[in-house]
Amino acid sequence: MKLVIAVVRPDRLGAVLEELFRSEVQGVTINRVQGHGGERDQVETYRGTTVKMELSEKVRLEIGVSDHFVEPTVQAILRGARTGEVGDGKIFVVPVEKVFRIRTGEEDQAAVTPVTVGAPG
Amino acid sequence: MNQADVAWMLVATALVLLMTPALAFFYGGLVRSKNALNTMMMSFVALGVVGIMWALVGYSLAFAPGGALVGNLSRALLRNVGLEPQGSIPHVLFMSYQGTFAIITAALISGAIVERMRFSAYMLFIALWAVVVYAPVAHWVWGGGWLAGLGALDFAGGTVVHVNAGVAALVAAMVLGPRKDFARQAFLPHNVPFTLLGAGLLWFGWFGFNAGSALAASPSAALAFTTTFLAPMGTLVVWTLLDITRNQRVTAVGGATAIVVGLVAITPAAGFISPMSAIALGAIAAVPSYYALLWRVRTRLDDSLDVVAAHGLGGTVGALLTGVFAEKAWNTTTDGLLFGNPAQLGIQAIAVLAAVVYSGAGTFALLKLVALVVPLRAQATEEGLGMDVSQHGEEAYAEGEGAILVLPDRVLSTGASVLATEGGHA
Repeated sequence: MKLVIAVVRPDRLGAVLEELFRSEVQGVTINRVQGHGGERDQVETYRGTTVKMELSEKVRLEIGVSDHFVEPTVQAILRGARTGEVGDGKIFVVPVEKVFRIRTGEEDQAAVTPVTVGAPG
Repeated sequence: MNQADVAWMLVATALVLLMTPALAFFYGGLVRSKNALNTMMMSFVALGVVGIMWALVGYSLAFAPGGALVGNLSRALLRNVGLEPQGSIPHVLFMSYQGTFAIITAALISGAIVERMRFSAYMLFIALWAVVVYAPVAHWVWGGGWLAGLGALDFAGGTVVHVNAGVAALVAAMVLGPRKDFARQAFLPHNVPFTLLGAGLLWFGWFGFNAGSALAASPSAALAFTTTFLAPMGTLVVWTLLDITRNQRVTAVGGATAIVVGLVAITPAAGFISPMSAIALGAIAAVPSYYALLWRVRTRLDDSLDVVAAHGLGGTVGALLTGVFAEKAWNTTTDGLLFGNPAQLGIQAIAVLAAVVYSGAGTFALLKLVALVVPLRAQATEEGLGMDVSQHGEEAYAEGEGAILVLPDRVLSTGASVLATEGGHA
Protein backbone atom coordinates (compact mmCIF):
# COMPACT_ATOMS: atom_id res chain seq x y z
CA MET A 1 0.00 0.00 0.00
CA LYS A 2 1.02 3.56 -0.58
CA LEU A 3 -0.09 6.93 0.74
CA VAL A 4 -0.40 9.50 -2.01
CA ILE A 5 -0.04 13.04 -0.64
CA ALA A 6 -0.77 15.86 -3.05
CA VAL A 7 -0.58 19.63 -2.47
CA VAL A 8 -2.64 21.49 -5.08
CA ARG A 9 -4.15 24.89 -5.81
CA PRO A 10 -7.50 25.43 -4.04
CA ASP A 11 -9.23 26.42 -7.26
CA ARG A 12 -8.13 23.14 -8.89
CA LEU A 13 -9.61 21.00 -6.12
CA GLY A 14 -12.90 20.51 -7.91
CA ALA A 15 -11.16 19.35 -11.08
CA VAL A 16 -8.86 17.00 -9.11
CA LEU A 17 -11.77 15.38 -7.28
CA GLU A 18 -13.62 14.99 -10.54
CA GLU A 19 -10.62 13.23 -12.12
CA LEU A 20 -10.15 11.01 -9.04
CA PHE A 21 -13.75 9.86 -9.00
CA ARG A 22 -13.59 9.24 -12.73
CA SER A 23 -10.56 7.00 -12.07
CA GLU A 24 -12.58 5.21 -9.37
CA VAL A 25 -10.44 6.49 -6.53
CA GLN A 26 -12.98 7.02 -3.78
CA GLY A 27 -11.26 7.41 -0.43
CA VAL A 28 -9.71 10.82 0.07
CA THR A 29 -9.02 13.18 2.96
CA ILE A 30 -8.40 16.87 2.34
CA ASN A 31 -7.01 19.74 4.39
CA ARG A 32 -6.72 23.41 3.69
CA VAL A 33 -3.07 24.26 4.24
CA GLN A 34 -0.65 27.12 3.65
CA GLY A 35 2.75 26.71 2.14
CA HIS A 36 5.61 28.23 0.29
CA GLY A 37 6.84 26.93 -3.03
CA GLY A 38 8.52 28.56 -5.97
CA GLU A 39 5.68 30.86 -6.92
CA ARG A 40 5.92 34.63 -7.00
CA ASP A 41 4.89 36.26 -3.75
CA GLN A 42 1.60 38.09 -3.66
CA VAL A 43 1.88 41.73 -2.56
CA GLU A 44 -1.03 43.19 -0.61
CA THR A 45 -1.56 46.68 0.78
CA TYR A 46 -3.72 47.72 3.73
CA ARG A 47 -3.81 51.47 4.43
CA GLY A 48 -0.22 52.05 3.43
CA THR A 49 1.07 48.87 5.03
CA THR A 50 2.49 46.73 2.27
CA VAL A 51 3.04 43.06 2.92
CA LYS A 52 4.30 40.14 0.92
CA MET A 53 2.33 36.98 1.45
CA GLU A 54 5.06 34.38 1.78
CA LEU A 55 2.55 31.61 2.31
CA SER A 56 -0.09 30.77 -0.25
CA GLU A 57 -3.28 28.83 0.19
CA LYS A 58 -3.15 25.22 -0.92
CA VAL A 59 -5.19 22.08 -0.48
CA ARG A 60 -3.53 18.88 0.71
CA LEU A 61 -5.05 15.56 -0.28
CA GLU A 62 -4.20 12.23 1.33
CA ILE A 63 -5.20 9.06 -0.41
CA GLY A 64 -4.40 5.54 0.80
CA VAL A 65 -4.24 3.15 -2.18
CA SER A 66 -3.16 -0.37 -3.03
CA ASP A 67 -0.01 -0.59 -5.16
CA HIS A 68 -1.66 -1.03 -8.55
CA PHE A 69 -3.83 2.03 -7.90
CA VAL A 70 -0.88 4.38 -7.38
CA GLU A 71 -0.39 5.15 -11.06
CA PRO A 72 -4.06 5.95 -11.92
CA THR A 73 -4.29 8.09 -8.78
CA VAL A 74 -1.19 10.10 -9.61
CA GLN A 75 -2.25 10.53 -13.22
CA ALA A 76 -5.69 11.73 -12.16
CA ILE A 77 -4.17 14.36 -9.85
CA LEU A 78 -1.75 15.51 -12.56
CA ARG A 79 -4.62 15.94 -15.02
CA GLY A 80 -6.80 17.81 -12.58
CA ALA A 81 -4.24 20.05 -10.89
CA ARG A 82 -1.97 21.15 -13.70
CA THR A 83 -2.25 24.71 -15.03
CA GLY A 84 1.35 25.00 -16.27
CA GLU A 85 2.14 27.95 -14.01
CA VAL A 86 4.58 27.87 -11.10
CA GLY A 87 2.66 26.97 -7.97
CA ASP A 88 0.72 23.96 -9.24
CA GLY A 89 1.94 21.90 -6.26
CA LYS A 90 3.53 18.51 -5.56
CA ILE A 91 2.62 14.86 -5.30
CA PHE A 92 4.41 12.60 -2.84
CA VAL A 93 4.04 8.81 -2.81
CA VAL A 94 5.12 7.23 0.46
CA PRO A 95 5.09 3.62 1.64
CA VAL A 96 2.55 2.58 4.25
CA GLU A 97 3.35 -0.01 6.88
CA LYS A 98 -0.13 -0.95 8.00
CA VAL A 99 -3.73 0.07 7.29
CA PHE A 100 -6.84 -0.72 9.32
CA ARG A 101 -10.46 -0.11 8.45
CA ILE A 102 -11.98 0.93 11.75
CA ARG A 103 -15.52 -0.28 11.04
CA THR A 104 -14.60 -3.92 10.33
CA GLY A 105 -11.05 -4.31 11.55
CA GLU A 106 -9.97 -5.33 8.04
CA GLU A 107 -6.28 -4.83 7.40
CA ASP A 108 -4.00 -3.68 4.59
CA GLN A 109 -5.18 -4.51 1.08
CA ALA A 110 -8.74 -5.20 2.19
CA ALA A 111 -8.84 -1.96 4.16
CA VAL A 112 -8.02 0.26 1.19
CA THR A 113 -10.29 -1.57 -1.25
CA PRO A 114 -13.49 0.42 -1.64
CA VAL A 115 -16.69 -1.19 -0.43
CA THR A 116 -18.86 -1.98 -3.43
CA VAL A 117 -21.81 0.31 -3.81
CA GLY A 118 -24.95 -0.95 -2.17
CA ALA A 119 -23.19 -3.14 0.41
CA PRO A 120 -24.56 -2.72 3.92
CA GLY A 121 -22.86 -0.26 6.22
CA MET B 1 -40.49 75.75 0.45
CA ASN B 2 -41.99 73.49 3.08
CA GLN B 3 -39.90 72.68 6.12
CA ALA B 4 -41.54 69.33 6.80
CA ASP B 5 -40.78 68.31 3.21
CA VAL B 6 -37.18 69.46 3.55
CA ALA B 7 -36.72 67.47 6.76
CA TRP B 8 -38.19 64.30 5.31
CA MET B 9 -36.23 64.55 2.06
CA LEU B 10 -32.95 65.04 3.93
CA VAL B 11 -33.61 61.78 5.75
CA ALA B 12 -34.87 60.01 2.63
CA THR B 13 -31.72 60.92 0.71
CA ALA B 14 -29.54 59.40 3.42
CA LEU B 15 -31.75 56.29 3.45
CA VAL B 16 -31.38 55.74 -0.30
CA LEU B 17 -27.63 56.29 -0.12
CA LEU B 18 -27.47 53.51 2.49
CA MET B 19 -29.00 51.10 -0.04
CA THR B 20 -25.77 50.94 -2.01
CA PRO B 21 -23.66 49.62 0.89
CA ALA B 22 -26.66 47.35 1.66
CA LEU B 23 -26.49 46.03 -1.89
CA ALA B 24 -22.77 45.42 -1.35
CA PHE B 25 -23.61 43.13 1.57
CA PHE B 26 -26.45 41.46 -0.31
CA TYR B 27 -24.22 40.69 -3.30
CA GLY B 28 -21.04 40.17 -1.25
CA GLY B 29 -22.54 37.32 0.74
CA LEU B 30 -23.61 35.48 -2.39
CA VAL B 31 -20.15 35.10 -3.94
CA ARG B 32 -17.18 32.93 -3.01
CA SER B 33 -14.89 34.26 -0.26
CA LYS B 34 -12.03 34.93 -2.67
CA ASN B 35 -14.25 37.45 -4.51
CA ALA B 36 -16.04 39.03 -1.54
CA LEU B 37 -14.20 42.37 -1.52
CA ASN B 38 -14.29 42.74 -5.29
CA THR B 39 -18.04 42.20 -5.34
CA MET B 40 -18.66 44.62 -2.50
CA MET B 41 -16.33 47.21 -4.04
CA MET B 42 -18.35 47.12 -7.26
CA SER B 43 -21.19 48.68 -5.28
CA PHE B 44 -19.03 50.95 -3.14
CA VAL B 45 -17.08 52.38 -6.07
CA ALA B 46 -20.35 53.47 -7.69
CA LEU B 47 -20.74 55.87 -4.75
CA GLY B 48 -17.67 57.59 -6.17
CA VAL B 49 -17.66 57.45 -9.94
CA VAL B 50 -21.40 57.51 -10.57
CA GLY B 51 -21.99 60.19 -7.96
CA ILE B 52 -19.38 62.46 -9.53
CA MET B 53 -20.64 61.83 -13.07
CA TRP B 54 -24.09 62.72 -11.81
CA ALA B 55 -22.91 66.09 -10.51
CA LEU B 56 -20.88 66.81 -13.64
CA VAL B 57 -23.41 66.00 -16.37
CA GLY B 58 -25.87 63.26 -15.38
CA TYR B 59 -28.20 65.44 -13.37
CA SER B 60 -28.45 67.98 -16.15
CA LEU B 61 -29.20 65.38 -18.84
CA ALA B 62 -31.89 63.86 -16.64
CA PHE B 63 -33.59 66.86 -15.08
CA ALA B 64 -32.67 70.03 -16.97
CA PRO B 65 -35.29 71.32 -19.40
CA GLY B 66 -34.73 69.97 -22.88
CA GLY B 67 -36.45 67.81 -25.43
CA ALA B 68 -38.62 64.74 -25.06
CA LEU B 69 -35.57 62.46 -25.10
CA VAL B 70 -32.92 64.13 -22.96
CA GLY B 71 -32.31 67.25 -20.89
CA ASN B 72 -29.96 70.01 -21.99
CA LEU B 73 -26.65 70.97 -20.37
CA SER B 74 -27.94 74.04 -18.53
CA ARG B 75 -27.43 72.27 -15.16
CA ALA B 76 -24.06 70.70 -16.02
CA LEU B 77 -21.41 71.16 -13.30
CA LEU B 78 -24.39 71.98 -11.07
CA ARG B 79 -24.79 75.41 -12.59
CA ASN B 80 -28.14 76.93 -11.59
CA VAL B 81 -28.57 74.28 -8.90
CA GLY B 82 -28.80 76.32 -5.75
CA LEU B 83 -30.93 76.85 -2.67
CA GLU B 84 -33.96 77.97 -4.66
CA PRO B 85 -36.99 75.69 -4.41
CA GLN B 86 -37.41 72.76 -6.75
CA GLY B 87 -40.96 71.77 -5.91
CA SER B 88 -41.11 72.37 -2.16
CA ILE B 89 -37.48 71.50 -1.34
CA PRO B 90 -34.15 73.18 -2.13
CA HIS B 91 -32.80 72.39 -5.58
CA VAL B 92 -29.50 71.03 -4.19
CA LEU B 93 -31.43 68.53 -2.07
CA PHE B 94 -33.48 67.39 -5.07
CA MET B 95 -30.26 66.89 -7.04
CA SER B 96 -28.67 64.87 -4.21
CA TYR B 97 -31.76 62.73 -3.77
CA GLN B 98 -31.88 61.86 -7.47
CA GLY B 99 -28.13 61.19 -7.45
CA THR B 100 -28.56 58.36 -4.95
CA PHE B 101 -30.86 56.67 -7.48
CA ALA B 102 -28.29 56.88 -10.26
CA ILE B 103 -25.67 55.34 -7.96
CA ILE B 104 -27.67 52.31 -6.90
CA THR B 105 -29.03 51.66 -10.39
CA ALA B 106 -25.50 51.40 -11.81
CA ALA B 107 -24.38 49.26 -8.85
CA LEU B 108 -27.28 46.83 -9.41
CA ILE B 109 -25.79 45.79 -12.76
CA SER B 110 -22.66 44.45 -11.06
CA GLY B 111 -24.54 41.35 -9.87
CA ALA B 112 -24.50 39.97 -13.40
CA ILE B 113 -20.74 40.22 -13.95
CA VAL B 114 -19.20 39.42 -10.55
CA GLU B 115 -16.17 37.16 -10.12
CA ARG B 116 -14.79 37.91 -13.58
CA MET B 117 -15.01 41.54 -14.77
CA ARG B 118 -11.81 43.60 -14.70
CA PHE B 119 -12.30 46.33 -12.12
CA SER B 120 -10.98 49.19 -14.24
CA ALA B 121 -13.30 48.19 -17.09
CA TYR B 122 -16.20 48.07 -14.66
CA MET B 123 -15.51 51.56 -13.31
CA LEU B 124 -15.29 53.02 -16.80
CA PHE B 125 -18.47 51.21 -17.83
CA ILE B 126 -20.68 52.40 -14.96
CA ALA B 127 -19.36 55.96 -15.26
CA LEU B 128 -20.47 56.03 -18.91
CA TRP B 129 -23.65 54.05 -18.32
CA ALA B 130 -24.94 56.47 -15.68
CA VAL B 131 -24.68 59.32 -18.18
CA VAL B 132 -25.56 57.64 -21.47
CA VAL B 133 -28.25 55.18 -20.37
CA TYR B 134 -29.56 56.10 -16.93
CA ALA B 135 -29.87 59.87 -17.34
CA PRO B 136 -31.98 59.82 -20.54
CA VAL B 137 -34.35 57.15 -19.22
CA ALA B 138 -34.77 59.15 -15.99
CA HIS B 139 -35.54 62.18 -18.16
CA TRP B 140 -38.21 60.29 -20.10
CA VAL B 141 -40.14 59.43 -16.95
CA TRP B 142 -39.33 62.11 -14.36
CA GLY B 143 -37.66 64.97 -16.23
CA GLY B 144 -40.59 65.92 -18.42
CA GLY B 145 -39.75 63.53 -21.24
CA TRP B 146 -41.96 61.58 -23.59
CA LEU B 147 -43.02 58.76 -21.23
CA ALA B 148 -44.23 61.33 -18.70
CA GLY B 149 -46.18 62.97 -21.54
CA LEU B 150 -47.69 59.61 -22.44
CA GLY B 151 -48.96 59.19 -18.87
CA ALA B 152 -46.77 56.24 -17.87
CA LEU B 153 -46.85 55.63 -14.12
CA ASP B 154 -43.53 55.03 -12.39
CA PHE B 155 -43.67 56.23 -8.83
CA ALA B 156 -40.12 55.48 -7.70
CA GLY B 157 -38.34 53.89 -10.63
CA GLY B 158 -39.64 50.46 -11.64
CA THR B 159 -38.76 51.20 -15.26
CA VAL B 160 -36.04 53.79 -14.76
CA VAL B 161 -34.15 51.83 -12.12
CA HIS B 162 -35.08 48.18 -12.16
CA VAL B 163 -36.06 47.31 -15.72
CA ASN B 164 -33.18 49.50 -16.87
CA ALA B 165 -30.59 47.80 -14.62
CA GLY B 166 -32.07 44.35 -15.25
CA VAL B 167 -31.74 44.62 -19.01
CA ALA B 168 -28.25 46.12 -18.71
CA ALA B 169 -27.35 43.14 -16.52
CA LEU B 170 -28.67 40.68 -19.10
CA VAL B 171 -26.64 42.28 -21.87
CA ALA B 172 -23.52 42.57 -19.70
CA ALA B 173 -23.71 38.89 -18.68
CA MET B 174 -24.01 37.88 -22.34
CA VAL B 175 -21.21 40.15 -23.57
CA LEU B 176 -18.78 39.07 -20.84
CA GLY B 177 -19.66 35.40 -21.04
CA PRO B 178 -19.84 32.96 -18.14
CA ARG B 179 -17.21 32.51 -15.41
CA LYS B 180 -14.54 30.01 -16.34
CA ASP B 181 -15.87 27.23 -14.12
CA PHE B 182 -19.53 27.98 -14.84
CA ALA B 183 -21.70 24.84 -15.04
CA ARG B 184 -18.69 22.69 -14.06
CA GLN B 185 -18.35 23.78 -10.45
CA ALA B 186 -20.89 24.77 -7.86
CA PHE B 187 -20.55 28.41 -6.80
CA LEU B 188 -21.78 28.57 -3.24
CA PRO B 189 -22.57 31.76 -1.30
CA HIS B 190 -19.77 32.28 1.22
CA ASN B 191 -21.73 34.28 3.78
CA VAL B 192 -25.52 33.97 3.78
CA PRO B 193 -25.85 36.15 6.93
CA PHE B 194 -24.31 39.02 4.90
CA THR B 195 -27.01 38.49 2.30
CA LEU B 196 -29.76 38.61 4.92
CA LEU B 197 -28.20 41.72 6.45
CA GLY B 198 -28.09 43.31 3.01
CA ALA B 199 -31.73 42.45 2.30
CA GLY B 200 -32.79 43.94 5.64
CA LEU B 201 -30.85 47.16 5.07
CA LEU B 202 -32.20 47.40 1.53
CA TRP B 203 -35.74 47.25 2.85
CA PHE B 204 -34.92 49.96 5.40
CA GLY B 205 -33.36 52.18 2.75
CA TRP B 206 -36.20 51.48 0.34
CA PHE B 207 -38.58 53.47 2.56
CA GLY B 208 -36.52 56.49 1.52
CA PHE B 209 -36.51 55.32 -2.09
CA ASN B 210 -40.28 54.87 -2.41
CA ALA B 211 -41.80 57.18 0.20
CA GLY B 212 -39.16 59.78 -0.66
CA SER B 213 -40.30 59.70 -4.26
CA ALA B 214 -43.35 61.64 -3.18
CA LEU B 215 -40.79 64.47 -2.78
CA ALA B 216 -42.81 65.69 0.17
CA ALA B 217 -43.86 64.77 3.71
CA SER B 218 -47.32 64.07 2.36
CA PRO B 219 -50.18 61.56 2.40
CA SER B 220 -48.75 60.20 -0.85
CA ALA B 221 -45.45 59.50 0.94
CA ALA B 222 -47.39 57.72 3.69
CA LEU B 223 -49.14 55.55 1.10
CA ALA B 224 -45.84 54.72 -0.62
CA PHE B 225 -44.35 53.92 2.79
CA THR B 226 -47.22 51.58 3.61
CA THR B 227 -47.16 49.73 0.30
CA THR B 228 -43.36 49.35 0.65
CA PHE B 229 -44.05 47.89 4.09
CA LEU B 230 -46.68 45.41 2.87
CA ALA B 231 -45.72 44.26 -0.63
CA PRO B 232 -42.45 42.47 0.27
CA MET B 233 -44.34 40.66 3.03
CA GLY B 234 -46.68 39.25 0.41
CA THR B 235 -43.72 38.21 -1.73
CA LEU B 236 -41.91 36.64 1.22
CA VAL B 237 -44.94 34.56 2.23
CA VAL B 238 -45.58 33.29 -1.30
CA TRP B 239 -41.87 32.61 -1.82
CA THR B 240 -41.67 30.52 1.36
CA LEU B 241 -44.76 28.57 0.29
CA LEU B 242 -43.21 27.92 -3.13
CA ASP B 243 -40.02 26.79 -1.37
CA ILE B 244 -42.00 24.43 0.87
CA THR B 245 -43.98 22.87 -1.96
CA ARG B 246 -40.84 22.45 -4.04
CA ASN B 247 -38.45 20.90 -1.50
CA GLN B 248 -40.07 21.07 1.95
CA ARG B 249 -37.58 23.68 3.18
CA VAL B 250 -37.66 27.45 3.47
CA THR B 251 -34.29 28.82 2.39
CA ALA B 252 -32.55 31.91 3.75
CA VAL B 253 -31.12 32.95 0.38
CA GLY B 254 -34.63 32.54 -1.03
CA GLY B 255 -36.09 34.71 1.73
CA ALA B 256 -33.54 37.46 1.13
CA THR B 257 -34.23 37.29 -2.61
CA ALA B 258 -38.00 37.42 -2.04
CA ILE B 259 -37.71 40.64 -0.05
CA VAL B 260 -35.76 42.28 -2.86
CA VAL B 261 -38.21 41.04 -5.51
CA GLY B 262 -41.15 42.41 -3.52
CA LEU B 263 -39.42 45.77 -3.08
CA VAL B 264 -38.59 45.96 -6.77
CA ALA B 265 -42.15 45.12 -7.78
CA ILE B 266 -43.81 47.71 -5.52
CA THR B 267 -41.41 50.48 -6.61
CA PRO B 268 -43.34 51.72 -9.67
CA ALA B 269 -46.68 51.28 -7.92
CA ALA B 270 -45.82 52.56 -4.45
CA GLY B 271 -47.88 55.77 -4.34
CA PHE B 272 -50.55 54.70 -6.80
CA ILE B 273 -52.26 51.61 -5.35
CA SER B 274 -54.14 50.67 -2.20
CA PRO B 275 -52.44 48.81 0.67
CA MET B 276 -54.41 45.62 0.00
CA SER B 277 -53.49 45.81 -3.69
CA ALA B 278 -49.86 46.11 -2.58
CA ILE B 279 -50.10 42.78 -0.78
CA ALA B 280 -51.60 41.20 -3.91
CA LEU B 281 -48.96 42.80 -6.13
CA GLY B 282 -46.15 41.52 -3.92
CA ALA B 283 -47.65 38.04 -3.80
CA ILE B 284 -48.09 37.83 -7.57
CA ALA B 285 -44.59 39.15 -8.25
CA ALA B 286 -43.03 36.24 -6.35
CA VAL B 287 -44.12 33.66 -8.91
CA PRO B 288 -42.41 34.71 -12.17
CA SER B 289 -39.14 35.61 -10.43
CA TYR B 290 -39.10 32.34 -8.46
CA TYR B 291 -39.41 30.23 -11.59
CA ALA B 292 -37.08 32.46 -13.61
CA LEU B 293 -34.36 31.76 -11.04
CA LEU B 294 -34.86 28.02 -11.36
CA TRP B 295 -34.86 28.23 -15.13
CA ARG B 296 -31.80 30.48 -15.39
CA VAL B 297 -29.41 28.05 -13.70
CA ARG B 298 -30.17 25.48 -16.37
CA THR B 299 -29.09 27.86 -19.14
CA ARG B 300 -25.67 29.12 -20.23
CA LEU B 301 -26.56 32.61 -19.04
CA ASP B 302 -24.22 33.43 -16.15
CA ASP B 303 -26.26 36.28 -14.67
CA SER B 304 -24.39 35.34 -11.53
CA LEU B 305 -26.54 36.93 -8.84
CA ASP B 306 -29.80 36.90 -10.84
CA VAL B 307 -30.23 40.59 -11.50
CA VAL B 308 -32.45 39.78 -14.49
CA ALA B 309 -34.88 37.61 -12.52
CA ALA B 310 -35.03 39.91 -9.50
CA HIS B 311 -34.83 43.38 -11.04
CA GLY B 312 -35.58 42.97 -14.74
CA LEU B 313 -38.50 40.61 -14.34
CA GLY B 314 -39.61 41.94 -10.92
CA GLY B 315 -39.51 45.48 -12.31
CA THR B 316 -41.48 44.51 -15.40
CA VAL B 317 -44.16 42.71 -13.39
CA GLY B 318 -44.36 45.67 -11.02
CA ALA B 319 -44.64 48.20 -13.84
CA LEU B 320 -47.41 46.21 -15.55
CA LEU B 321 -49.30 45.57 -12.32
CA THR B 322 -49.16 49.30 -11.61
CA GLY B 323 -51.36 49.62 -14.69
CA VAL B 324 -53.70 47.03 -13.20
CA PHE B 325 -53.99 48.13 -9.56
CA ALA B 326 -53.70 51.94 -9.88
CA GLU B 327 -56.67 53.52 -8.14
CA LYS B 328 -57.77 57.15 -8.37
CA ALA B 329 -59.25 56.93 -4.89
CA TRP B 330 -55.68 56.60 -3.57
CA ASN B 331 -53.58 58.58 -6.06
CA THR B 332 -56.14 61.22 -7.23
CA THR B 333 -55.01 61.03 -10.87
CA THR B 334 -55.14 57.67 -12.60
CA ASP B 335 -57.08 54.42 -12.55
CA GLY B 336 -55.74 51.08 -13.76
CA LEU B 337 -57.29 48.06 -15.48
CA LEU B 338 -59.18 46.85 -12.39
CA PHE B 339 -60.76 50.26 -11.94
CA GLY B 340 -62.01 50.75 -15.46
CA ASN B 341 -58.98 52.06 -17.35
CA PRO B 342 -57.44 49.18 -19.36
CA ALA B 343 -55.49 51.64 -21.56
CA GLN B 344 -53.13 52.29 -18.64
CA LEU B 345 -51.80 48.73 -18.90
CA GLY B 346 -50.85 49.41 -22.53
CA ILE B 347 -49.06 52.62 -21.60
CA GLN B 348 -47.15 50.75 -18.90
CA ALA B 349 -46.13 48.11 -21.45
CA ILE B 350 -44.84 50.81 -23.82
CA ALA B 351 -42.73 52.31 -21.02
CA VAL B 352 -41.21 48.93 -20.17
CA LEU B 353 -40.54 48.14 -23.82
CA ALA B 354 -38.87 51.50 -24.40
CA ALA B 355 -36.57 50.99 -21.42
CA VAL B 356 -35.74 47.44 -22.55
CA VAL B 357 -34.81 48.50 -26.06
CA TYR B 358 -32.83 51.61 -25.12
CA SER B 359 -31.02 50.06 -22.16
CA GLY B 360 -30.20 46.91 -24.14
CA ALA B 361 -28.76 48.78 -27.11
CA GLY B 362 -26.99 51.42 -25.02
CA THR B 363 -25.41 48.89 -22.68
CA PHE B 364 -24.19 46.76 -25.57
CA ALA B 365 -22.62 49.74 -27.34
CA LEU B 366 -20.93 51.01 -24.16
CA LEU B 367 -19.45 47.61 -23.31
CA LYS B 368 -18.02 47.33 -26.83
CA LEU B 369 -16.62 50.84 -26.48
CA VAL B 370 -14.99 50.08 -23.11
CA ALA B 371 -13.54 46.87 -24.55
CA LEU B 372 -11.61 48.97 -27.08
CA VAL B 373 -9.80 50.69 -24.20
CA VAL B 374 -9.37 47.91 -21.64
CA PRO B 375 -10.26 44.18 -21.74
CA LEU B 376 -13.59 43.58 -20.03
CA ARG B 377 -12.54 40.37 -18.33
CA ALA B 378 -9.77 39.56 -15.91
CA GLN B 379 -7.35 36.86 -17.06
CA ALA B 380 -8.32 33.26 -16.31
CA THR B 381 -5.47 32.90 -13.80
CA GLU B 382 -6.64 36.04 -11.98
CA GLU B 383 -10.15 34.63 -11.90
CA GLY B 384 -8.77 31.38 -10.46
CA LEU B 385 -6.70 33.14 -7.82
CA GLY B 386 -9.68 35.30 -6.88
CA MET B 387 -10.61 38.85 -7.76
CA ASP B 388 -9.82 40.23 -4.29
CA VAL B 389 -6.12 39.50 -4.54
CA SER B 390 -5.81 39.99 -8.31
CA GLN B 391 -7.82 43.23 -8.66
CA HIS B 392 -7.37 44.87 -5.27
CA GLY B 393 -4.29 43.34 -3.63
CA GLU B 394 -6.34 42.65 -0.53
CA GLU B 395 -8.13 39.69 1.02
CA ALA B 396 -11.50 39.79 2.75
CA TYR B 397 -10.42 37.26 5.34
CA ALA B 398 -6.63 37.59 5.63
CA GLU B 399 -5.12 35.35 8.31
CA GLY B 400 -1.86 37.26 8.33
CA GLU B 401 0.22 34.07 8.53
CA GLY B 402 3.35 34.38 6.45
CA ALA B 403 2.76 38.08 5.80
CA ILE B 404 6.09 39.89 5.73
CA LEU B 405 6.15 43.64 6.20
CA VAL B 406 7.67 45.46 3.25
CA LEU B 407 9.44 48.56 4.54
CA PRO B 408 9.68 51.48 2.13
CA ASP B 409 13.51 51.68 2.25
CA ARG B 410 14.18 48.00 1.63
CA VAL B 411 13.49 45.91 -1.41
CA LEU B 412 12.91 42.36 -0.32
CA SER B 413 13.29 39.48 -2.71
CA THR B 414 12.60 36.03 -1.32
CA GLY B 415 11.34 34.62 1.91
CA ALA B 416 14.72 33.14 2.77
CA SER B 417 16.57 36.44 2.44
CA VAL B 418 13.98 38.22 4.57
CA LEU B 419 14.35 35.71 7.35
CA ALA B 420 18.13 35.96 7.11
CA THR B 421 17.97 39.75 7.28
CA GLU B 422 15.67 39.76 10.23
CA GLY B 423 17.79 37.13 11.93
CA GLY B 424 20.56 39.69 12.20
CA HIS B 425 22.88 38.61 9.40
CA ALA B 426 22.59 41.76 7.37
